[in-house]
Amino acid sequence: MPEIALTAWQILLVKVLVILTIVPVGALAGGYAEHKVMAHLQHRLGPMYPGGFHGWATTLADGLKFLYKEDIVPDAADRKVFSLAPAAIFVPVLMIYLVIPIDRNLIVEDLDVGIFYLLAVGSISTIGVLMAGWSSANKYALIGALRSAAQLIAYELPIVLSAAVVAMYAGSLSVIDIVEKQNFPFAIWPPGIGLIAFLVFTTGAVAEMTRVPFDMPVAESEIITGPFTEYTGMRYIFSHMFAEMGHMVAFAGIGVTLFLGGYKPIIPWSPLEVVPGVIWFGLKFALMIFLFLWIRPTFPRVREDQLQKFAWKFLIPVSLVLVLAMGAWVLYV
Amino acid sequence: MAEIWQEVVFWVFAVAMSLAALRVVTSSNVVHAALYLVGTLMGAAALYVLLFAEFVAWVQVLVYVGAIVVLMLFGLMLTRAPIGKAHFDNNQRLLAAVVAGALFGVTSYIMVRAFDGTDVNFARTVGTKAGGLGEVIFSAYILPFEVVSMLLLAALVGAIVVARKDEEVEGHNAD
Repeated sequence: MPEIALTAWQILLVKVLVILTIVPVGALAGGYAEHKVMAHLQHRLGPMYPGGFHGWATTLADGLKFLYKEDIVPDAADRKVFSLAPAAIFVPVLMIYLVIPIDRNLIVEDLDVGIFYLLAVGSISTIGVLMAGWSSANKYALIGALRSAAQLIAYELPIVLSAAVVAMYAGSLSVIDIVEKQNFPFAIWPPGIGLIAFLVFTTGAVAEMTRVPFDMPVAESEIITGPFTEYTGMRYIFSHMFAEMGHMVAFAGIGVTLFLGGYKPIIPWSPLEVVPGVIWFGLKFALMIFLFLWIRPTFPRVREDQLQKFAWKFLIPVSLVLVLAMGAWVLYV
Repeated sequence: MAEIWQEVVFWVFAVAMSLAALRVVTSSNVVHAALYLVGTLMGAAALYVLLFAEFVAWVQVLVYVGAIVVLMLFGLMLTRAPIGKAHFDNNQRLLAAVVAGALFGVTSYIMVRAFDGTDVNFARTVGTKAGGLGEVIFSAYILPFEVVSMLLLAALVGAIVVARKDEEVEGHNAD
């Protein structure tokens, strides 16, 4: 096979196109998985007709339906901010995908500051949510945006600290280094610390996605859809559906990378090395997604004040203790 | 060739940043001002990347864009951010302009004098890799680091003191 030589710009273009394809496809697949997993957990069949086989095209049909919907901007809304907000929410989600390693050499960009970049980029969408809520000129949207921002700030800290625990263990911020340093799934080894850090991370991730049980910002029985109440059609899809699903897929990828050994086999046993890393990553990734989907029909919604208390008085102290414990482990063991 | 591109990108970001900064102070809608501030801060992060200081760039995004501006917007929306064409202005524009101009003059003078035409090769400075930066902070600059952390701790304690309900005083008032 002749060597294909690509210039840096061409490689960049290919990478951007891959990300731009993966995220919507991943979001659609995630949406379908959500319908089906939730249905089966509740002894229902879920969607069965669109596309024929077990309703595989349900979310695709849904997406097309939204394309045809009228694009409404409320009269009192701040037009410019209102139209910019979906982009401000969705683009950071796209950027997260840059540093998730699917295999040893299958990563868009192995940054020296890998997980720090993840956390920084992930924090930008909060501004988009505030923009959406404020510009809608709707009290429910504003309340939702404030709840959302308060929640995203509160639960970002446990995520940052649990990621710091992993970085301390690996002695590096690069995602490839982090995966390479994990001999076992990190969630199990070093004893306890990794497992608790993984639980803290998962809880924080569910809260960052504003999914049940942490879906106060979009609690339909109180404030309709929160910040996205006034959004219709494609803007709604991008700001709410794609952002939530895109976040879920991204967090599953981050969780696999930081805690479950990424593209490495589940146990360090040489015959397992034959199986390509992509498959291991895929298996662990599917497990993470299933965990996120499982949580949704299992727990009731947490009240707003309980939600803040849980973050500040329980999760953050726990993650601070974890940082100390990992420091001691790294220094003395 | 690379230098030319670096220069071009610098000017694109510098002009965009300056325009955004100008709108921060001239915009009559406080929320718009805060959003323009996001643009300015993101521009600063981009300039850090141009100077090979990737870690500092993402710190800038995480701390300023992800936390400080969010808190500002949060505060504005909780208190006084009417939706629509409301205008906020005060009569201290001239004073603010004088203070800002003076600050700008002093800092740029110090910056220019400090480097005095020396050519800094940013690709070789410690800021390039996160590890090197950490080593420098925790060895050569340990004292400033500790001072800053004490300052932040004091601010934190202060915030708690201001925010907490003093039960004794409350009980006294109730009598």
